[in-house]
Amino acid sequence: MPAKKKPKLAVWKFASCDGCQLSLLDCEDELLAVAGAVHIANFPEASRAVEKGPYDVSLVEGSITTPHDAERIHKVRRQSKYLITIGACATAGGIQALRNFKDVREFTSIVYANPDYIETLERSTPIRHHVFVDFELRGCPINKYQLLEVISALLNNRKPVIPEHSVCVDCKLAGNPCVMVGHGTPCLGPVTQAGCGAICPSFNRGCYGCFGPKETPNLPSLSEQWQAMGVDKTNLVRAYRGFNAFAEPFRKESESHENG
Amino acid sequence: MNKDASTTGEQFRITQDQLQKLLDVLRDQGYETVGPTVREGVITYDQIDGVEDLPIGWTDEQEPGKYRLKKRSDKALFGYVVGPHSWKKFVYPPRQLLWRMHRDNGTQKLEEPSEDYPRYAFFGVRSCEIQALAVQDKVFMGSDYRDRYYALRRKDNLIIAVNCVEPGGTCFCASMDTGPKARKAFDLALTEIVEKDQHYFLIESGSDIGTDILSELKSDPATDKQIARADELLEKAARNMGRQLDTTDIKDLLYRNAENRHWEQVAKRCLSCSNCTMVCPTCFCSTVEDTTDLTGTSAERVRRWDSCFTLEFSYIHGGAVRPSEHTRYRHWITHKLASWQDQFGTSGCVGCGRCITWCPVGIDITEEIKSLQDSESLTSDEAKAKE
Repeated sequence: MPAKKKPKLAVWKFASCDGCQLSLLDCEDELLAVAGAVHIANFPEASRAVEKGPYDVSLVEGSITTPHDAERIHKVRRQSKYLITIGACATAGGIQALRNFKDVREFTSIVYANPDYIETLERSTPIRHHVFVDFELRGCPINKYQLLEVISALLNNRKPVIPEHSVCVDCKLAGNPCVMVGHGTPCLGPVTQAGCGAICPSFNRGCYGCFGPKETPNLPSLSEQWQAMGVDKTNLVRAYRGFNAFAEPFRKESESHENG
Repeated sequence: MNKDASTTGEQFRITQDQLQKLLDVLRDQGYETVGPTVREGVITYDQIDGVEDLPIGWTDEQEPGKYRLKKRSDKALFGYVVGPHSWKKFVYPPRQLLWRMHRDNGTQKLEEPSEDYPRYAFFGVRSCEIQALAVQDKVFMGSDYRDRYYALRRKDNLIIAVNCVEPGGTCFCASMDTGPKARKAFDLALTEIVEKDQHYFLIESGSDIGTDILSELKSDPATDKQIARADELLEKAARNMGRQLDTTDIKDLLYRNAENRHWEQVAKRCLSCSNCTMVCPTCFCSTVEDTTDLTGTSAERVRRWDSCFTLEFSYIHGGAVRPSEHTRYRHWITHKLASWQDQFGTSGCVGCGRCITWCPVGIDITEEIKSLQDSESLTSDEAKAKE
């Protein structure tokens, strides 16, 4: 069988901490297999050798927070056959989307000596608000096995196995006792998409919602239960204002308690 | 697996040291002994080697959406009811490899899953759970389409039942006619009696294997007084269930009420998180996950527990058949209590109460049925006023 031409892969960074793209380097055991299966053409965290586009696959990390990036993402899209966003920043705006609930000019005036030089957008927004995205991989950070699964699926022309059900399903598959029912620990698992392997409940902690809202989440019902368990409005708002604060269901729910 | 044949109903009295002996005998005979044990603040089903692994002196307080372990004032071994696990995890595990395929130099090699399953002795099976296993037996083995893996894992199970003398806060087996006393399909059944001055167990055999094992234990025939005491406790338990479900006409009730506006009320609370279906000892739905490695030289198909509360469950061309929460909740409860009867000739509910306790927002299947029943007795004006 003649050797298939390896797909060209590019990794792009927008407003982010680099943690998600480092998940690719974190693949360790599987990294050689990845390098064998794709041609890493543009990945500054891994190599200074950068090849020009077009690319078969672009992994995009980070949110759009500056006018410059709002332009740049279109250039990335034009050069990419498939564009996959990775992580809470790229899929929901990230922790920096906390600015969306305040006036960003107040922040810049406090943080920078010369805020006049700062050119920033009012809001931090996910990539799909700007360009068409082929697939979104959730998480803060993403799960490296899910990343490998998406790449494997793409290389083998199949659908990736990335369920959109709750963290609860993964807890139950793992045999974890429920921390919310069994211990009275507030947990975002019932409204959060699985993918992390239910890490926090496995260590008797409530879920922090790092993978963002699951399909059809019912946040008002969970909020009511949290309040019945003694969580006050301030802490309820904080719980939803994490890495996925600007994901629509989380945003709406936190605002309803902030103003309520 | 006819375990009714040698049920004589003859009861014997044994002491706690003989339970340890029982576990030893089972392990000597090659059984893997699994039973209730405390893990992370709840009672789960895992491997147990000795009596000391049991939740001695613990009880569970259960109510909708809440489960807490509490210390008992005595040293009872079985002074609690069921926790989040059920025996389904052993006979129908959350993930089952169906096959794996390897490609090498143009040839394809099929790898089938190992069929070397442990011989399980289930120690401490409650009556509702015996019924749950019977229900799953019908689902997986009751038609021409037998589930190979379930049948293999189920084949050599030994059932050591425990009769419930203290029902839990969300139990309603008496309503479902599945408990609290195990009546069939066990090898041995225990009733624990804890009195001020004595602590013993009545034991009864339900199969030839059970009788053989029982003969290895030091036992005395139970006295009439001891048997009467056990019966008295079991009758009291049946009268004191934490929940009740009126099953009169339940199938038609659900069919009649498919369009009841009450479903929308439930949907406001339902998280569609799937917890109820995951903890249910009879829920049997699964999906298959097909994956490959990066190079495409090996592929595998895994069967995984699925839930009718996910969108993907009913996804067909164009979208999910049940996109809204109310249709998903309605589907689950209607299948469990009504269409299950048409499909398998039995109710899908055994009254164990797990779905009530382990619902993070405490939705109560018995209350939901009651609401439907009540809504039928309201006049249309009253119904409007209630909304």
